[in-house]
Amino acid sequence: MSSPSPGAGQAARAYPARPAAVYFYATCLVDMFVPEAGMDAITLLEREGIRVIFPDNQTCCGQPAFTSGFPDEAREVAASQLDLFPEDYPIVVPSGSCAGMIRWHWEKIFADDPARKARAAAIAARTFEFAEFLLHVVGFQRKDEGAPVTVALHTSCSARREMGTLLMGRELLARLGNVKLAIHDHESECCGFGGSFSLKHPDISTAMVSDKVASLKATGARQVVTADCGCMLNITKRAAREDIDAGRATASLPGEHLATFLLKRTGGRK
Amino acid sequence: MSAQTAHGSSTEKPIAFVSAQALRERMHTAVNDPHLRSSFRGAMDFLMAKRAAQFPDESELASLRSLSEGIRQYSLARLPDLLEQLEASLTKNGVQVHWAETPAEANAIMLGIAQRHQAKLIVKGKSMVSEEIEFNHAMEAAGVGALESDMGEYIVQLAGEKPSHIIMPAIHQTKQQIAKLFAEHIPGVEYTDNVDALIQIGRRVLREKFEIADIGLSGVNFAVAETGTLCLVENEGNGRMCTTVPKVHIAVTGIEKVVEKLEHVAPLFSILTRSATGQAVSTYFNMISGPRKPGEKDGPEEVHLVLLDNGRTQAYADEQLRKTLQCIRCGACMNHCPVYTRIGGHAYGTTYPGPIGKIVSPHMMGLEETHLLPTVSSLCGACGEVCPVKIPIPELLIRLREEAQSEPHANPAMVGQGAGYNKLASFGWRMWARVYGRPGSYRAFSWLATRFRMFSPSKQGGWTAARTPLTPAPRRLRDMVKDRR
Repeated sequence: MSSPSPGAGQAARAYPARPAAVYFYATCLVDMFVPEAGMDAITLLEREGIRVIFPDNQTCCGQPAFTSGFPDEAREVAASQLDLFPEDYPIVVPSGSCAGMIRWHWEKIFADDPARKARAAAIAARTFEFAEFLLHVVGFQRKDEGAPVTVALHTSCSARREMGTLLMGRELLARLGNVKLAIHDHESECCGFGGSFSLKHPDISTAMVSDKVASLKATGARQVVTADCGCMLNITKRAAREDIDAGRATASLPGEHLATFLLKRTGGRK
Repeated sequence: MSAQTAHGSSTEKPIAFVSAQALRERMHTAVNDPHLRSSFRGAMDFLMAKRAAQFPDESELASLRSLSEGIRQYSLARLPDLLEQLEASLTKNGVQVHWAETPAEANAIMLGIAQRHQAKLIVKGKSMVSEEIEFNHAMEAAGVGALESDMGEYIVQLAGEKPSHIIMPAIHQTKQQIAKLFAEHIPGVEYTDNVDALIQIGRRVLREKFEIADIGLSGVNFAVAETGTLCLVENEGNGRMCTTVPKVHIAVTGIEKVVEKLEHVAPLFSILTRSATGQAVSTYFNMISGPRKPGEKDGPEEVHLVLLDNGRTQAYADEQLRKTLQCIRCGACMNHCPVYTRIGGHAYGTTYPGPIGKIVSPHMMGLEETHLLPTVSSLCGACGEVCPVKIPIPELLIRLREEAQSEPHANPAMVGQGAGYNKLASFGWRMWARVYGRPGSYRAFSWLATRFRMFSPSKQGGWTAARTPLTPAPRRLRDMVKDRR
């Protein structure tokens, strides 16, 4: 495969001027499990004067099958998504791993299908992870209306290594005057989700997520913020299990998508 | 040239054995061993910090990685020619070159040399290829002693274990365990867990053995085709002893270790030591270019090189899988792997553990034995990020998952293709693609999943083993978007 290596391009990525409209590619996880994160991301974009188009035929980027070693199935699903973005608007994805799939892997799975490969490449070029879009295209700058708080940021492996958005998430939080970011121990380490990995190898996945929860809690942060709902569900549902086991009535480590956190802090959602 | 014959023609059973069930049991035991967990965490943190300190300048690292990747890809692109050139250059230098397709062939060649010299003892420098072919067992079975002289390997041999790390073989052993081993196995040694004292004890024992050994065995880090030079990277000086003191030196290595020119070695050597142990340079760097010449005061009288295939030509034949062979065996991928950190090296049950082990072992052992290995990864990408020669390890893991799980077919790229094929799983993914590949079906499915969320199971397999259940939201995002407009 001679496709660009994941993450290789992000340093040099040129960002477009603020567009009139964007496509919002929610991802299946957000659509069914964390819709408020998607809604908050849409609200944030609209508040900046950007029209948000939600293509109703969106399903999934195909990543679960792709990473599990079922490329035919991934291709079938990805092929059904190539028609969703007819206008030349940017595509915003509130997940580093789904954005990474579209940006770097769609071209690979259509390697033997030149017509689809070309369309995939055109889509990849205008696909942005939510944090990078908000920072570099929108230039997000709003007054922090919340009380002083310390939070921890978990950056997914795909966001970090494929989309290169670690520092972008940090910068967005730094723009909130009353938010202090606590960097946790082994910050760059995977939370242990890995899609089917968490189901196939629960022992090891549990060891990883337990360590991640412990590191996050050790910072004394009030909550964790992340731009990937897979990691967020993994981390917060592990923490919730620990709370139940310890008989705690309140969540010791609540989590929110970055979009939800930003919107709440800047007066967009009560 | 036997290096170019197909691996698939061999009917020999792989020496090592990893069944899926045994692998699961070992991983389960390892991850629940608090001592193992804390010792690997500490050791890997130490090694990661050492490496990071060697690369303060990100752009220098980026360019050195690109250069190293380029050298390895250039070498592999010319592998058949370079191997022939290497053989010619070495032969000219007086080194005898042997080709082995399988571990058994490699051991038979080396046993033959040992028997010709009526050797009783072979003293060994560190060589992962000798582990791969289980050299020590093969020699001992034939009545020839094989003694490890690398301190870590020596400890592992005393303990009757295999290395748990390719660079630091005894990293799983505490100094107290080593002290106990020495006191039990070395005559006249009393228990001490003073590290300096332990090293002095080891040195004393090994020093005697270097003098009486008939043959010295070593690995090879880089074999230079143009000059016929075998380069050996080491820290303890035992490699130099093994390759200069005994009358016969046998080097054994995989066919992928060849580079064309001496100038290709410098960048690879630099990135190897910095990635592996966080050293700017290793304590010793040996360049072996032939046996003792008339008038020279030292050096072996005979030098042999055994070049091993053992599945490497299978990887070589496929453009994508070929990248596996770029590896220079630094171990940085295991040092940075969150899975390796939590289960240690032995749980894998393969000679090479960690991320590199997951991509190289299936070629050596076949997918029948190893089809579960590529699944033991969250695909976090830490391995690919630190790899000094930019092997796209996550991409290769995905490819191996595909090779293992796809329905068995004719002309497979790998021995054991389809060994992990599961009719039910494949059917499940086909159904998934039916639903998610048709927007109308997905809409119906997601509507049902959210409206009937109260029926979502409270037990969700591996997920709820340690987490509260996943429950769909009451309404989908698409419903919320529609409502608002």
